[in-house]
Amino acid sequence: MREFLSRKVLDLKPSGIRKFFDVANEIPGVISLGVGEPDFETPYHIREAGIQALQAGKTFYTSNSGLMPLRQAISRYARRKMNLDYDPASQIMVSVGGSEAIDAALRTIINPGDEIIYIEPSFVSYLPCIKMADGIPVPIELKPENNFRLTKEQLEAAITPKTKALFISFPNNPTGAIMEKEDLEALVPVILKHKLLVISDEIYSELTYGKEHVSIASLPGMQDYTIVINGFSKSYAMTGWRLGYALGHPDIIKQMIKVHQFGIMCAPTVSQYAAVEAMENGDNDVLFMRESYNQRRRYLHHELEKMGIPCFLPEGAFYMFPDIREFGMTSEEFALDLLKEEKVAVVPGSAFGDCGEGFVRISYAYSIAELKEALSRIEKYVKKKRGCK
Amino acid sequence: MESHIKEQLLNLLENNSRLTNEELAVLLGITEEEVHNEIAALEEAHIICGYHTLINWDKVNDNDVTAMVELRVTPQGGNGYQELAEQIKQYPQVLTLYLMSGAYDFLVVVKGKTLKEISLFVSSKLASINEVQSTTTHFALTKYKELGVNFGSKKSDERMMMTP
Repeated sequence: MREFLSRKVLDLKPSGIRKFFDVANEIPGVISLGVGEPDFETPYHIREAGIQALQAGKTFYTSNSGLMPLRQAISRYARRKMNLDYDPASQIMVSVGGSEAIDAALRTIINPGDEIIYIEPSFVSYLPCIKMADGIPVPIELKPENNFRLTKEQLEAAITPKTKALFISFPNNPTGAIMEKEDLEALVPVILKHKLLVISDEIYSELTYGKEHVSIASLPGMQDYTIVINGFSKSYAMTGWRLGYALGHPDIIKQMIKVHQFGIMCAPTVSQYAAVEAMENGDNDVLFMRESYNQRRRYLHHELEKMGIPCFLPEGAFYMFPDIREFGMTSEEFALDLLKEEKVAVVPGSAFGDCGEGFVRISYAYSIAELKEALSRIEKYVKKKRGCK
Repeated sequence: MESHIKEQLLNLLENNSRLTNEELAVLLGITEEEVHNEIAALEEAHIICGYHTLINWDKVNDNDVTAMVELRVTPQGGNGYQELAEQIKQYPQVLTLYLMSGAYDFLVVVKGKTLKEISLFVSSKLASINEVQSTTTHFALTKYKELGVNFGSKKSDERMMMTP
């Protein structure tokens, strides 16, 4: 039946993670360090709010852009965290996860032939979504020497007359890198000079360690040009609830809502009610989870250093991106070998972009006890490989 | 030490007292010496009162019975409750002793080998105290959760093994 299928879709490379997952799933007794979601269950009071909404019969559609109380809560959150005002009536769209907001944003701004600059290594969906929206993806390869941050030189070099937007995501999956205020400020003149839009995926904004997250939208002159994507999955451990949101200029949000309303109608109603509870009473939960991740981050990095595996110290999200080039294998070969020999699954860095080759992604969304066990197996593997050389 | 680091230290130890000073130092981003000194200070101040291990005895043998005893008392003198508490907590069978608001005064958690042993303890040692007006003993039938830990099989990780 292949002749009936869209060429555009057929041409998309399947996710490198999917392939690896299928192999890892066949092997019993695997400790996987490959997840992209919190190990915490959604805090109980948030689940209760969802349960109550169901019991109260809140099973109908909400307005396309989302429940007004939720949009108001998001607006208050933006004021508190970003020092910015977003009108709940016209500048906020509640979506099915940050993922849907990204897809809708791209489809809303791209005319065929528009170039979208995006950073690599990054989340596996960006490239396919840009292509599906008929955009031309222009990757910028971030370097470990720059702490995987984007420099203005790199940005300037990637811009052409066809560039429509810059797509960034910090704190970053898979590197855990953040962009501090000075780093973002350096980009602003370049962005404004060339009149680029910015899509800023800030889904890990609550998970920064020791440094406050700064949104590029909060810098002078940038609010109108930035579509901010955020959500509830990582900060409140609500991945399965499928809830996110976009913030932006009324002209842009209005059209995004058009795309969203025809494709989705509205985000899940139960999730929206639960999210109101999350925003109003979830601060302590976020603090607790962030502290837990921070402890594991320190522990994981310390152990990798002890093993002599170079790894940039991430300051956000819950991933580490160690350098495994010393072992002379590709990321995939390394990951498969580690899986077979010691039954530990990590994600090959190449799944996140060509410049991820030579790295692997280790997630620390696990208890210290599980990390300990996984690390002792990795240590055995590393010793074996070095002994053989 | 900053209070929020101290609290993290206490929380870590409370959930796993086998963490070494070195591990605690790494987890908290401080030095081993700071951990050592802080723990010594917390022990001195009786904030850290013990390093116990949580055991599910029902899986080991059949002679482990737990009971909750409600005591209604008429305390004597100004320090009545305090003095009574000092007396009751001396018994090794008394695992836990709280002064409670509501329909009764003391909640006593008692451990013994058999129902008979506990009943005997309550009647001969607790009920016999002058100030004790009445006792009500409830025997625990099944333990589901204790000190924040779910008894029964460990919950498996339900997440998909790999996700982007």
